[in-house]
Amino acid sequence: MGELFWILISAMLINNFTLSLFLGLCPFLGVSARVGTALRMGMANIFVLVITSLCAWFLNSFILPHAPYLRLISFIVVIASLVQIVEMAIKKISPTLFRELGIFLPLITTNCAILGFAIFQTNRGYGLLEGLFFALGAGLGLTLALVLMASIRESSELSSVPAAARNMGLVLIIAGSLSLAFMGFAGLFSA
Amino acid sequence: MRETTPSQDLVRGIWKENPVLVQLLGLCPTLAVTNTVANSIAMGLATFFVLVGSSLLVSTFKKVIPHEVRISAYILIIATFVTIADLVLAAVVPVIHKELGAFIALIVVNCMILGRQEAFASKHPVGRSLLDAAGAGAGFMIALLMMGTFREILGNGSVLGVALFGDHFEPWVIFILPPGGFLTLGFLLLALGWWKERKSESARIRQWPHGVATPSREEVA
Repeated sequence: MGELFWILISAMLINNFTLSLFLGLCPFLGVSARVGTALRMGMANIFVLVITSLCAWFLNSFILPHAPYLRLISFIVVIASLVQIVEMAIKKISPTLFRELGIFLPLITTNCAILGFAIFQTNRGYGLLEGLFFALGAGLGLTLALVLMASIRESSELSSVPAAARNMGLVLIIAGSLSLAFMGFAGLFSA
Repeated sequence: MRETTPSQDLVRGIWKENPVLVQLLGLCPTLAVTNTVANSIAMGLATFFVLVGSSLLVSTFKKVIPHEVRISAYILIIATFVTIADLVLAAVVPVIHKELGAFIALIVVNCMILGRQEAFASKHPVGRSLLDAAGAGAGFMIALLMMGTFREILGNGSVLGVALFGDHFEPWVIFILPPGGFLTLGFLLLALGWWKERKSESARIRQWPHGVATPSREEVA
């Protein structure tokens, strides 16, 4: 149990996907203007990561030992199609949930955080349960980074910044400071 | 869309529509692997190869690929080239391959590559698609190299592993760590924004040398 807990904490804080591994930067920079949207994006990410974890575990245990060079291609195809199917199912079963998360799902299926997660899980040789905790930790970490970023951007919206910084430059400097703050978690424990 | 000449296809991606510095595409590898110059070069070359190869195949087969499944077809083509690049790098430069790790595989989801297929290669003849891909690939490489040089000089005091300063140089380690990636790109974008602002300012002065009453920001708001 302790092992699983550390996998979760490590993926969420110490090796935060966005702020220390640079995965999933597109939503981090693109969908972080409003806290509400950022939160929903994070939820959708957790959801897709859990599905990815199951897919990757299944492929790694049953299919890929026979054809390891097909790993990349099969990960993409299987994850993208399964998310599409789940999306249709949600649309049918719970239209409310679909309205909340739906528009983000196709956007993030081919996001580098998702594929990167599948590759990390494979490289570290995680089993089913470990993989699920890893997915949860990574998803919570992404959500945390998105919400933090969105809160800072919302509260700095009305401040007067120099004209040169009105593009993405300022956002990246904010991200750098956040990443600097997250480096403090590195002292939490060592694997 | 305005028609462009073949030379414009090539040059456009290098500076005016630079994928990283102007369009902000493909940021994950840009920030993650540019901690040393050698890594930046390897990543730039791999991305260049994948981009040119995919553009060649996509523009060759653009009439055969059904419109409804074009994105999946592009992804499959890109993934094939990435697998080739992955295996080649593992065989030729195993040390760098190990350092880049998962980010070689993640070239597949570099939105810059898919973007060029969807925006250009799927609508233009083979030759011009190759030019466009070469331009965008070179622009990507230049941006990576700028980031990599900046970060390695400040963070390690060296270029390609060769020490530049004497023993008294205290490396600014933060620049080869993750926050340095964000900060370096942030500074680059700020410098670029400042330069553009100055250019448009001087253009305005040339146009109205005696000055013109521009409304202040409060008045506009």
